[in-house]
Amino acid sequence: MTDQSTANRGTSTRIISDFLQRRREQIVQRWADEALFRTVFTVSRDEAAEAAGSLVEALASVAASGRIEDLRAPGFTGVREQLTRMAASRARGGAAPSQIADEVAALRPSITDLLITDLAGSDGEASGPHVVTLTVLMGTLRLFVMETALSAGEEIIDRQRLQLLEVATPVIKLWSGIVAVPLIGTLDSARSQVVMESLLEAIVDQQAKFAILDITGVPTVDSLVAQHLMKTVAAARLMGAECIVSGIRPAIAQTIVHLGIDLGSVITRASLADALAYALHQEGAVIVDRATGAGGPR
Amino acid sequence: MTETSGRVAACLPIRSDTDLAWVRQHVRQAAAEVGFGLVEQTKLITAASELARNTLVHGGGGQVESVFLDHGRARGLRLTFTDEGPGIPDVERALTDGYTSGGGLGLGLGGARRLVHEFSIDTSPGHGTSVTVVCWVGVPPRPREEAR
Repeated sequence: MTDQSTANRGTSTRIISDFLQRRREQIVQRWADEALFRTVFTVSRDEAAEAAGSLVEALASVAASGRIEDLRAPGFTGVREQLTRMAASRARGGAAPSQIADEVAALRPSITDLLITDLAGSDGEASGPHVVTLTVLMGTLRLFVMETALSAGEEIIDRQRLQLLEVATPVIKLWSGIVAVPLIGTLDSARSQVVMESLLEAIVDQQAKFAILDITGVPTVDSLVAQHLMKTVAAARLMGAECIVSGIRPAIAQTIVHLGIDLGSVITRASLADALAYALHQEGAVIVDRATGAGGPR
Repeated sequence: MTETSGRVAACLPIRSDTDLAWVRQHVRQAAAEVGFGLVEQTKLITAASELARNTLVHGGGGQVESVFLDHGRARGLRLTFTDEGPGIPDVERALTDGYTSGGGLGLGLGGARRLVHEFSIDTSPGHGTSVTVVCWVGVPPRPREEAR
């Protein structure tokens, strides 16, 4: 780039910045009716106008700094949160990323028209270069919104992954001294670590003598899952609690035998009910049928 | 003699724990499509889970290719796990129950062999490992002619 064109470009970004500040109100009124703002701020048009206003100011400040192609330009920092919220709101409403990008692109024609009219009234200088500058700036805005939207998506996924770890491992008190963990989904190393921690804590809190690990909701029991189960059982045993693994389905039982996993040291039951009955029996509790007065079967 | 014909169902990467879950999902779907019963499905998924984890942990990542097989009236599913890892120096020992080089139970490879109808390993130190397993619906149509 020659010094001449660099200088021209510097002038151009200043002109755009001045234009954005001078015509702020007109741009705001046009943008507030565009899809991007209209669909996010459905309740009040004033809110849409206010959001559009801060976006125009941010663009003016980016243009003033001359860094119209720079996503890291300080001018963008102020509107990052606002744009994140808007993009997230559109995404929740079912808009695909490409659709959001189109909606950002749709902001350009109205502002370009305004610029051309504005420049036509001035000293007759060619408006072409300034339109290009504005187009570059709006392109950068589009990229900025996409980047913001995507990184927000990743944050949400990370947060949900953590939430899932917690949600999926509740420890339930079934009876005085008997706790149970219904395991659901894949039991990988991270999950089994969380299970072990919350189970051991519950054993202390509830002064539990029995802990039931129910694997009804675990689709695949391979040697690693079995190893995690056995480690959890061993740890519970060290805390003085007896561990029962329940919810072993016929297909899982056959698979475990073929794999050659020895669960001989672990008490297992077909269903959670059987496991509870076993634990109650060991505790000395007797279930009596009120009609006949007879004790329970186990 | 009836020829066995195959149709590639998918080729999946094995690069992370998330991929393992994806492989299990895929094998579950493919096995259901072939018409396996619940027990056979579970066995095949478990074998796939063991072998995919071996590919990831020992082979440093790789891929799995699944192929639908047709052999006359019999149908089957073939899974081939391939990695470019260090290979297995002593296959016999790796297949022995309880032998592990990775801190596991040492049942993965041997266990997987017991869970499927056909099992073969192609490996040499430094040239990666390729494990192929086949499961047939019902009885295997033509048992491999091998010394019994």
